[in-house]
Order: sequence, then C-alpha cells, then structure tokens
Amino acid sequence: MDTISQSFALALSMVAHLDARLTQIVGLSVAVSLASTLCSAVIGLPLGAAMAIARFPGRDPVIVTLNAAMGLPPVVVGLLVYLLLSRAGPLGAFGLLFTPTAMVIAQTILIVPIVAALTRQVVEDAWAEYREQLRSLDASWWQSSTTLLWDTRWSLLTVLLAGFGRAASEVGAVIIVGGNIDGVTRVMTTAIALETSKGDLALALGLGIVLLTLVMALNVGAHLTRQWARARFG
Amino acid sequence: MKTWIRNVMLALGMLGAVGAGAAEPFIVVASTTSTEQSGLFAHLLPAFEKDTGIAVHVVAVGTGQALDIGRRGDADVVFVHDKAAELKWLAEGNGVQRYPVMYNDFVLIGPKADPAHVAGGKDIAAALKKIAQAKPAFVSRADKSGTYSAELRLWRDAGVDIAKAKGSWYRETGSGMGPALNTAAALDAYLLADRGTWLNFHNRGNLEIVIEGDKRLFNQYGVMLVNPAKHPQVKKDLGQKFIDWLVSPRGQQVIASYTIDGEQLFFPNAGSDS
Amino acid sequence: MGDAAIAEGLPIVAAGVGVVRRGTRVLDAIDVTIEPRARTFILGANGAGKSTLLRVLHGLLAPDAGTVTWGSGRSRPAGQAMVFQRPVLLRRSAAGNVRHALALRGVRGIEAQRRTDDALSRVGLGEIGARPARVLSGGEQQRVALARAWALEPEVLFLDEPTASLDPPATRAVESIVEAIHARGTTIVMTTHSLGQAKRLADTVIFLSAGKVTECTDASQFFASPHSSEGRIFVEGERL
Repeated sequence: MDTISQSFALALSMVAHLDARLTQIVGLSVAVSLASTLCSAVIGLPLGAAMAIARFPGRDPVIVTLNAAMGLPPVVVGLLVYLLLSRAGPLGAFGLLFTPTAMVIAQTILIVPIVAALTRQVVEDAWAEYREQLRSLDASWWQSSTTLLWDTRWSLLTVLLAGFGRAASEVGAVIIVGGNIDGVTRVMTTAIALETSKGDLALALGLGIVLLTLVMALNVGAHLTRQWARARFG
Repeated sequence: MKTWIRNVMLALGMLGAVGAGAAEPFIVVASTTSTEQSGLFAHLLPAFEKDTGIAVHVVAVGTGQALDIGRRGDADVVFVHDKAAELKWLAEGNGVQRYPVMYNDFVLIGPKADPAHVAGGKDIAAALKKIAQAKPAFVSRADKSGTYSAELRLWRDAGVDIAKAKGSWYRETGSGMGPALNTAAALDAYLLADRGTWLNFHNRGNLEIVIEGDKRLFNQYGVMLVNPAKHPQVKKDLGQKFIDWLVSPRGQQVIASYTIDGEQLFFPNAGSDS
Repeated sequence: MGDAAIAEGLPIVAAGVGVVRRGTRVLDAIDVTIEPRARTFILGANGAGKSTLLRVLHGLLAPDAGTVTWGSGRSRPAGQAMVFQRPVLLRRSAAGNVRHALALRGVRGIEAQRRTDDALSRVGLGEIGARPARVLSGGEQQRVALARAWALEPEVLFLDEPTASLDPPATRAVESIVEAIHARGTTIVMTTHSLGQAKRLADTVIFLSAGKVTECTDASQFFASPHSSEGRIFVEGERL
C-alpha cells in the first residue's frame, strides 16, 4: 500500500511539474500509437468492410484467421519484425531497427486484426439495414463499403480507440524492435518495464498511472462524442 | 474532411523526422543491462556528446544478446563484460579489436537472515560451496549475460558442478539483473550481482551484501567496433571516436567520477591487458 | 425525362417466375407485365407474396424459376428506384441523402445541388434539407426517401407499402408526391395494405393469392367486380 500511495504522489508531481522527460516519453508514446492506429485504420477499415459485404470463397477461413490474429502475442510479433528489420534480415537495408518507425510497424501488425474484426462486425450490422436500399441505388461494392464506413463513423471511432488502447499498452513488441533507447525509443510502457527492473517500483507505478489516465481520458472523450453523435445524427 | 487529412499527413511527416533521428549524427551501441541500470550511461554519454557532438543510442540487453546484435550488424559498437565471449566473437570475425575500458566487481547478495552462514566472508568459492550444501534459495540470471558467465565460472572455482547440484533451491529466472534482484528480494534469496546495479537498486527488501572483495569477483568491461568489412553500413569513424574517447584520459576520468552516495562504481583500466 | 428514355427498361415482363423460401413456394408461376406509364398495384393478403414479387420485378431478388425481362434486356437497368416500408436513410442530412444517391449515379456538383433542392421542395421539405435525416419524423423521413427517388428521375419507381407506418395526413402527403412523380412520367409499381389507397391511385391491379396471380386487370374493373373469390373477399371485407 505504501508503494501505491507513493506512486500516486509521484504521478501527480511529475504531471504538475511537466517533468521534461515525462513529457518526452508521453509524447513519443502517443505519436507512435497514433501513427500505428492510423496505419491500421488505412488497412483494417477497408478490410473489415470488405469482409462484411463481400461474399467470396474462403471468406470463412479468413474471418477465423483474423479473429485468431487478434490474440497475437506481442512479443512474438516483436521478434518477427526484429528478424525482418535486422541488418541480417530481408529488410535490413532500410536501417529501421531501433527506431520509432520499427515500433509503428510492429504495433500496426498487432492491431490491424483488431480493427478489421471489429470493423467487420460494425459494418455487418449496418449492411443488414442498408443492403436492399444500396442495391436498389445500384451502388457498387466499393461505393457500398465507403458509404457504410462513413455512416458508421462514430462506432468506428470506438473501434480505432480499441486499437489505440492495445497499441499504447503493449510492451513486448516495442521493447524488442525499439531497443528502449533513452530519448529515442523509450515509451511509457518500456519505461515502466525499465523502472520495474531497476526496482524503482513507485516510479514505475507512477508512470503507469499517467498512462492509465491518458487512456481513460481518451475513452471518456470518445464516449461523449458518441453520445453527441447519436443525438445529432440519429 | 480534406483539412484533417492534411493535418494527419503533417503529423506523420513529423513522426518520420523523429524516426529518422533528426539531423544529429549518432551511433548505436549494444551494451548490457548492468551498465545501463547502474546509471553509468546517464552520466557518461552527455559528456561524450558534449565533447564530440555525437549522440549515442544505447540498446541495453544481456551480453549474449548484445553480441548477437553486433553480429547481425544492427549496432556500430558493442560494450559488454564477458572477455571469453568477446574474444570468441572477435575470432568469428564480427569485430575489429577489443579494448579494455573499466572494471567493477560482483558482490554476493543474500538475505539478512543468512541461512547458509556465509556473511562477512572474503572467499567467494568457500561461500558458494557452503551454499551448494545448505541449499538455500538462490536466484540465477541464467541468460547469456556477462554476470551469468561469471556466476558459472565461480561455481566451477568452488568445485561445484552446478548442472548436477541444482535443484529446486536454484531458481533460474532467465532475466536481466534488475528483475533477478526483484525476484531475489521477494524470495529472500542469494544471488550474484554487479555492484553498480545493486547500488542503484531500490527494492532491496531484506537483502544485503554478504560477500565482496574477492579478486575472483573482478568484472572486466571491453568495447569493440563491429566489423565494417562484414557490415558496410557500420559507422566506423563515429564508432571509433566513441572507443577512442572511452579509453582516453578524459573518458577514463568521467568513468571514475561516477559515484552513488559517494561510492565509485567503475574503475577505469584502459591499456591494461585485462 | 422524355419519351425516348421510356423504351429502355420497360415493359417489365415476368414469365413463369417462381421463388422458393424454406421449402415453400412464395411465388408460383407468375406471369405479369408492367406497362409503361401505368400505376400498377400489387394487392393481396399478408403472406401472399406481394413484397417478394415487388423485389423480383425490381431485380433485387433473383427468381428460382422463370425469367424477368426489362425492356429488351435480361439485366436490371439503372433507371429504377425503390422506397421501402420503413425509410432507409443514412446518417447524414436530408439533402445529403439525396446527394448521395445522385453521386452513385455520377451526378455531382451544381447539377446535383439543383436536383436536390428541387426534389426536397417538391416534397415540402425545402426548409429542412440541412437537418440530420434520422431525427426527422416518420412521415418526413419517408418524404426524404421520396425526394431521393424524385431526384433520380427514375423510369420505374417501386414502393413497398410506403405508408403502412404513417398517420393519415402523412399518408396523404406521400400519396400526392407519388402522383406528382407519376405525372412527370415515371411508371409506378406499388404494394399496399389499404384498399382505399389502391382505389385512389391504381390504374392496374395485380391480385396475388398464396403466391399465384389470381387476377391481373384494370383497377376500376377489379374494384367494381373482382372475378375471383379471394379478390371478392379482399374488396368486400378489406381483409388483409
């Protein structure tokens, strides 16, 4: 209990003084997770919509694979990306290992299945409602996808938030491909891991509290946005 | 809708700049958790950067993994503490030359209750022999780290065949120094630690130093440039500058000046034959 | 919309059309023709197959037996529109819904805006085009759906019980819009529960009973003296 109350005090004082290293770490965490959320949106939203609307042979196995991929262990993804990006690996020429870009790549791979699977569910529900009308209007597959994605945009915001939350909270992948380099690839989760391993548990938990607060604030924001959107657009 | 797309592109572009590591020259150094967690780099690297304008990106993992990173060409320099492994690594053509830089020592950590009755002694071999007989909880890193290699060497010096003698009392965590210390603190166990990490460790529980000062606990650090013949992209000039700085009088003095609570952690010995 | 366009997707000829659902013949050996410019009403009891036939004629449902021809072609032409019993509107403004439908047909920009404004004012919603469509009342939403259909200037407009969930004033509003659309040259194919509505609007009646066409005749003829017993029960009892 002592450590916990110490941590709250630490967390509060770090935030109140806008501790320079804390701001840098939080900023990098947000930037990396945001970038990977956006990349996974570009891939996952159309993929999820296509899965919802299109009927093609092999659709069921793809859905099962996507759902299974939601449970990919981050550390395994990290290891695979590490081997890919290492100088000794196939993509070594780009020199991406131990950079934030490598972290974005690893996190994107982790959250694309989540974004795609959740998008599929959201779009499938909308498709049930709109299918006949869209076919009556002669919408093509592509037009139907974009129409549904835009129509369900507020629910998709929740989906992207789920992706962001997963990205921001994982440590196994980013610590391997990023190397937890001070000032370069150290994010909230890897900083927490480091402070824990140094035995500085109060500081580690303090950082954890900051991270939790950030994610919580985002969720509250998204919830309120959805309420507003529902009232506004129906 | 178009404006926010543009803003997102801008943000991603900035991230790309961060990813590229701005315009400042830098090297990647693969080193060990003990050097990082003792706080040495936080003290050493700003001085180097001030003197040369070169930033150092340290990837701190176990010695085995650090050497592997160097072997793959993902780092420019390796800075570890396992002479036998380093020489083997050089012999395989992975590096250019080994320079001794500094040494510190290992200490045997144990619970205040000291069930194996080894505290206060000066002989690590005798202590380990007693431990193998008394079989109290003992935490071993069991990763390919310099500390683990030293531990195995010390068991051999004590005449204990640890592979046979280990039982449920010998806990192999496969982790870095910090996590191993956390585990030992939770279990009230003995373990071998480097003094630097111990001094900077805050979660001690009931643990304290039980054996120190034995010459066999001497821990040598060496630095090597990754072989540019094998990996052309290695920043050999910047890397060599780092090595030269470490073994220079200035670098050696910065190393010596690192203290915790007035206690010096690392002892420079560049130019020796360690 | 000129006479030249009429030739494309009309007449709609269903020959020997059958639809089977879960072992039941929902439609059985249907032979009907939808003539240009007519207001054809498909009537029948619940479960008679009205909605299914409507969808087959619109091309939304492929029959399990028989064929449907639109004009001279076997594939559904573009110049059709449909309004459903419950209005299916997107989460955008009323005008946005109309513009969306036009964009799907490749009509954008100023032309789309003009047609949207025109359509919305025709249905009496000119003032509230900017409001989110799904917060409007049931009657207003249905009028948005009609405005959407209006703006598309379809050859054929299909309506599936469009006023079933509306109150009398809203129903009358919808009926007058349908009449206006028809007056502009669109062929109307509609199903309804309401005998009164059919009497007001129909030119031709197709009467379905248990998936078969029992009667297919001029509307005034049907209402005056239906020659099938089911038709008689329907007209006299207003049973549905």
